Amino acid sequence: MFKNLKSFYMYLFLFFIAGIIFIPLYVSIVGGFKGIGDLRTNSLGLPTVWYIENYTGLLVDNKFWLFTWNSVLYAFGTTFLVILLGSMTAFVFAHMKFFGDKFLFNYFILGLTFPFATAILPLFLRVRDLGLLGSVWAVILPQIAFGLAFAIILFRGFFRQMPSELFDAAFVDGCSYSQFYFRFTLPLSTPIIATVAVINLVGSWNNYLLPLIMINSESYYSWPLGIMVFRGEYITDWPKILAFVSLTLIPAVVFFLALQRFIIAGLTGGAVKE
Amino acid sequence: MNKNKYDAILSKYSTLIIFIIPALTIFTLFVVLPIVEAAYYSFYRWDGYGEPNKYVGLKNYQYLFKNKTFILSLQNNFYIIAVSLFIQLPFALLVALLISDKIRGASFFRTVFFLPYILAEIVTALIWAYIYDGNYGMVAAIWNFFGAQPPYLISEKDTAMMAILIVIFWKYFGIHMMIYIAGLQNISKEVLEAAKVDGAGPITTAIRIKIPILLPTIRLSVFLSLLGSLQLFDLIMPLTGGGPSNQTHSMVTYLYYFGVMRMKFGFGSAIGVVIFLICFTVAITYQRTLMRKD
Repeated sequence: MFKNLKSFYMYLFLFFIAGIIFIPLYVSIVGGFKGIGDLRTNSLGLPTVWYIENYTGLLVDNKFWLFTWNSVLYAFGTTFLVILLGSMTAFVFAHMKFFGDKFLFNYFILGLTFPFATAILPLFLRVRDLGLLGSVWAVILPQIAFGLAFAIILFRGFFRQMPSELFDAAFVDGCSYSQFYFRFTLPLSTPIIATVAVINLVGSWNNYLLPLIMINSESYYSWPLGIMVFRGEYITDWPKILAFVSLTLIPAVVFFLALQRFIIAGLTGGAVKE
Repeated sequence: MNKNKYDAILSKYSTLIIFIIPALTIFTLFVVLPIVEAAYYSFYRWDGYGEPNKYVGLKNYQYLFKNKTFILSLQNNFYIIAVSLFIQLPFALLVALLISDKIRGASFFRTVFFLPYILAEIVTALIWAYIYDGNYGMVAAIWNFFGAQPPYLISEKDTAMMAILIVIFWKYFGIHMMIYIAGLQNISKEVLEAAKVDGAGPITTAIRIKIPILLPTIRLSVFLSLLGSLQLFDLIMPLTGGGPSNQTHSMVTYLYYFGVMRMKFGFGSAIGVVIFLICFTVAITYQRTLMRKD
């Protein structure tokens, strides 16, 4: 199978790294099925007795589903609005000349270098003073705001590469700017919409700092907040915690494997196009 | 005729305004103004209620730079950058070079190595908190196997930061590998063929041809890694929460514990401003010098 010794060592190295990636994931998933005593004496092997209570207990727990649902809401709300508002703004920058257009574009771009942590305290005050604290908007609006700059860059780059003949022809036929945007630009932009969607879905789904600061009632918790509270309650009852970890891990891995192409293209392409 | 022209202009500008105002408003209210406000609040002592009125000048900043824990957090951010740039990125490059050629199983390895990147930081950190647990975790199993007393890596001063750095490496090398693979795929086949004809082996090809062509991509990944390292937060929280005895704070966890948790809006904002200035200076200097040609 191996052409020579060199490629044998190469595969040995690659499988070794793959093992280092896999083992932590494996012991977490298996750990959720173990009793606490079993976990202590046998952390690497399969469970001597398979307990499914840790998993089933969570799956019938309303809170678990509530946190998941909240995260879905935050992620899709953010992503939908970033795509809509980002592409509309990028459309203007790509197709219209107006007084101050360059300045305005640079104003948005500047946002890329602003660290989120710097804004966090004033952001909390703004959201509080607008009376939005403890609502879905407390998470969604700041996420949109911090997602816009990058989305605008990506959309603008894509819109500019569309053939200008298309635009001229539509214009001669009496198509207005907004009609052109809805009828041509958006339907022709699925690849870049997918990229922006992946970046924002993953970012929002995994976000911790923002909900940590904005959300104070359990009914609005996202799952990362939920899992941290769970950790606080069970401290070293690892099988329970690992079951929760695995229940968030497995869908993420399945989602990743199913949409791998889009996700890798989105996250690396997104980074490279910056 | 004239009327049509006015209509067209009117339609253009009304579209322009309707299209741009929502994004502009949200961006200004939730990104730009908070940054400006942070600079303003940083000169006050303030609990967030009423107007800030206790002007303290540069006292918040003076306190910050005299504070041992903050200096330590700066140092930790520096370690994170060092490990990212000098260990993680070269390693990612090596792996990318190995599997970008059409070897058997390349796509399998690519997928596996990228996997940790899509996991939430919180989940990654909880998994590793378990691994590091000296009672139940893998570390315990390994040490017990050799008959040694297992350590508590993340609750001991000497090892906690090292433990965090290992997790950072585990989680983030895959994204850099993927960025390099994307860059390597853009190298033209002719160049590589020519090198082969000239008798260049894989190592010579990598050093003489692939890496030089890849330099702009490498500069970009260094840039992303720098800015990411300066803002690390999520990974540290479930692992150590900045402990033991405040040894493992990053600048952002320091901001969270000493600004946000204690409701010190002035002091917290000063920390935020320092983070901003560091990130901004790094970004601008880097772009003006190393990335000027890209």
